[in-house]
Amino acid sequence: MTLTSLAQAVYVLAALLFVLSLAGLSRQESARRGNALGMVGMVLALAATIALSLDASERPASATAALIGVVLLVGAVVGTWQARRVEMTQMPELIAILHSFVGLAAVLVGYNSFLTESAPDAVHLVEVFLGVLIGAVTFTGSVVAFLKLSARIPSAPLTLPGRNWMNLGALVASAGLMWWFIAAHSVVPLILMTVVALALGWHLVASIGGGDMPVVVSMLNSYSGWAAAAAGFMLSNDLLIVTGALVGSSGAILSYIMCRAMNRSFVSVILGGFGTSEGTVVASDHDYGEHREVSAVDVADMLRDARRVIVTPGYGMAVAKAQYPVAELVAKLRARGVEVRFGVHPVAGRLPGHMNVLLAEAKVPYDIVLEMDEINDDFGDTDVVLVIGANDTVNPAALDDPGSPIAGMPVLEVWHAKQVIVFKRSMATGYAGVQNPLFFRDNTSMLFGDAKEQTEKIVHAV
Amino acid sequence: MTTIGVPREIRAGERLVAATPKTVGQLRALGYDVVVEAGAGAEATFSDAAYEAAGAVVGDATQVWGSDVVTAVGAPWGTQVDAMRPGAVLVAMLQPATRADLLEKLAARRVTALSLDAVPRISRAQSLDVLSTLSNVAGYRAVIEAAEQYGGMFAGQVTAAGKTPPAKVFVIGAGVAGLAAIGAADSLGAQVRAFDVRPEVGEQIESMGAAFVRADQAQQQVSADGYASALTDEQERLTAEVYARETADADVVITTALVRGQAPRTITAEMVAGMRPGSVIVDLAASGGGNCELTVPGERVVTDNGVVIVGWTDLAGRLPQHTSQLFGTNVVHLMQLLTPGKDGALVLDLDDPVQRGMTVTSAGELMWPPPPVAVSAAMPGPSDNAPTAEELARAEQVAHEAAARRRQRRTVGFGLAAVLVTLAISFAPPAFLGHFTVFVLAVVVGFYVISNVSHSLHTPLMAQTNAISGIILVGALLQIGSSDPLVTVLACIAAAVASINIFGGFLVANRMIRMFRKDA
Repeated sequence: MTLTSLAQAVYVLAALLFVLSLAGLSRQESARRGNALGMVGMVLALAATIALSLDASERPASATAALIGVVLLVGAVVGTWQARRVEMTQMPELIAILHSFVGLAAVLVGYNSFLTESAPDAVHLVEVFLGVLIGAVTFTGSVVAFLKLSARIPSAPLTLPGRNWMNLGALVASAGLMWWFIAAHSVVPLILMTVVALALGWHLVASIGGGDMPVVVSMLNSYSGWAAAAAGFMLSNDLLIVTGALVGSSGAILSYIMCRAMNRSFVSVILGGFGTSEGTVVASDHDYGEHREVSAVDVADMLRDARRVIVTPGYGMAVAKAQYPVAELVAKLRARGVEVRFGVHPVAGRLPGHMNVLLAEAKVPYDIVLEMDEINDDFGDTDVVLVIGANDTVNPAALDDPGSPIAGMPVLEVWHAKQVIVFKRSMATGYAGVQNPLFFRDNTSMLFGDAKEQTEKIVHAV
Repeated sequence: MTTIGVPREIRAGERLVAATPKTVGQLRALGYDVVVEAGAGAEATFSDAAYEAAGAVVGDATQVWGSDVVTAVGAPWGTQVDAMRPGAVLVAMLQPATRADLLEKLAARRVTALSLDAVPRISRAQSLDVLSTLSNVAGYRAVIEAAEQYGGMFAGQVTAAGKTPPAKVFVIGAGVAGLAAIGAADSLGAQVRAFDVRPEVGEQIESMGAAFVRADQAQQQVSADGYASALTDEQERLTAEVYARETADADVVITTALVRGQAPRTITAEMVAGMRPGSVIVDLAASGGGNCELTVPGERVVTDNGVVIVGWTDLAGRLPQHTSQLFGTNVVHLMQLLTPGKDGALVLDLDDPVQRGMTVTSAGELMWPPPPVAVSAAMPGPSDNAPTAEELARAEQVAHEAAARRRQRRTVGFGLAAVLVTLAISFAPPAFLGHFTVFVLAVVVGFYVISNVSHSLHTPLMAQTNAISGIILVGALLQIGSSDPLVTVLACIAAAVASINIFGGFLVANRMIRMFRKDA
């Protein structure tokens, strides 16, 4: 038994623990165990790696050990500080910036792998090249996603002329550079490609609008996995390959779920620019009639008299940080014997499952937070629906109007309820730029203003 | 400052009032002063003190009728018009179609009169449509009246002393009143059946909890203005058959058919004779003469075979508190429309079809009847340019073929890709093959594991996978020991950011997972 074979055995164990960890996350009951298994797997993998690293160290082992210690300490301090400090509404930004770290690490590991390998064969060079490419795209893409999600740059899609050709051009250029790289074994084409890939990642995400962020973030999640897998190939490390593949397919499935929830193909999301070319034109030429306003006190009256209430939150709730008063309102109503549930659309928010986390943070029990498919048939029996900061996900035009840009997207059919209250800041259209006929229905009333303040008023009046 | 006057209704039996303390507050928020006649709300249980508390001034009739704007329920009586100021605005139910004399008098007085019962039937105007309000209350009250007259319980009972069947209620006409009656009867536990000559309201009937009586030939197409229209002879005969069959079977019949203010005869004396003793007919159309041949408006009559026919014409007024509240809110909605600046300045815009439709006199001119409003109140039903069944079928077939072609292309594409990948791999070195096998299997495992993840856990899942993808740290750690300082530096940076990922990702996933709690 050598140290290497022992390390390999530990790696197998760690890979298994990672699979079990992700499996554990499938249900709330086993999620904590899943989280813990992942941590155990990581500790095992790192311990084995550190042993290997010290054993193979080309300088004194103590120096290497010191370096590793310092590096891990930095990571631990920064990581822990970030994890503690972050607010749940900022979760999409945190996830995005973490993705960029994996991308950056993949680029650096790729360069190192090229620098340390004295006589590389073509397969290894391809591995290095692809690893750096994916890593670089992930890095800048995630940085842009982070900037957009944290509103440091406007979230509107950047629409350069011929943007799809530019992306294609970048890929073709990378293919050419790969040819040169394999032929010349030179670092120059690698650096050129890195620049091209960084630009590609930037442009790719910059041209996608804020509402498509759930897809983008899960797509970047997937890329960060593939980047790790590519690093595994170049280092001939099966643990990296397995883990990268797990994460990569995880992100890919999340992207697919998000796309299906918007009834859009993955390609059309990636090509970006939604809501700018086709959306706005359609909206205006139709007389929808007039909307009606209500006051918070009237809403409180309705809620007091209601027997069944459903709340459908959207990104607006996160923006207004209204989840706490909403949770308080729900608790109060439930104490009065009103049946209150939440209906969450898969793409509500800026991250898959974003609403669930916000509501969980505000101490809403997860068993009253239901998915769209679970609750859509129940709206007919519901007295009052509170639509808080959601727009396109409750738009009846998606089902009624084949000409609508969001036609065919599955939506929460809130309009079947007796009374719908829409919390909204103004009558502006939603992300897709589509007018929402829901607002003009006879059983809909609008409650304008900041969702948090209005909800607090309702809580006060109930 | 513009003043709104709210008079006491002096017509015998009128219990409603055009403003309640709550709507007074809303009117004042629009910038108006409000004068309420002493005792105006007494019948509707609103005291003068309550109006004062809401910010109104309590005054006498002269003061109220002398206001800039007068909002009343019924048309003014006798000398009330003479008490109005020239140039003042009157808002009330004026019955312009039948009260030409009143309109002339108002025009002569140079009063601008808005008739609340002439609101165009378009969805935008629905919030100020008092006829809908009154019909809704009347439909509810009709069921209550029926329940009082009926000698049994509406809900079926199963007791130790035996069981009773639920009452069978048959509702004719599914307008606002009919639907309200269906809802009320259903919630009392009765078995409700309903009929309307417009087939498209079937869904509404069913949504209120009644069974829709279908009689295909007897039912007509939707009309452009949202009201039912008169029937052809053939339709009439078939409808009569339906009525005869359904009334004979029902314990309670509620008729709500009004075609443009006129009550068509739906229930003949013969049909009443065919009903069981003790059955009840409530005729909501009594004010228009009654749908039932034997109805006496304003009276309760009992036929020779013991059927009770209720012909009250003041059903909405029998619930004065809520009706006044709803009526008053309709008036508030109208004033909101007339006060675009919310500054107490009334602006009448005769280019707006809603305001034009309600205005019956203005600046000394008669404005009735208004030009027709060409907007459909009904849901957009089947129209001339809608696709026919064949077109739909053809479109479906085209879509089908396109899908089949797509599937075919996709299969071919996958096949080609598989061949290419296989060829490429067969040229790769054996070490790579081993890794590639691991990779492919891991992707498949990942696919199945992640597919099961509950949607609500997607955010923690992303944080967790994020942490796990920090495994790239392994690569960086193995490179730290290199003798090349550049490699060491790069590896240190890579290891640092990757370890941020690991710690940050796991801890934040943990923090989120711990927040999820089940209902205790």
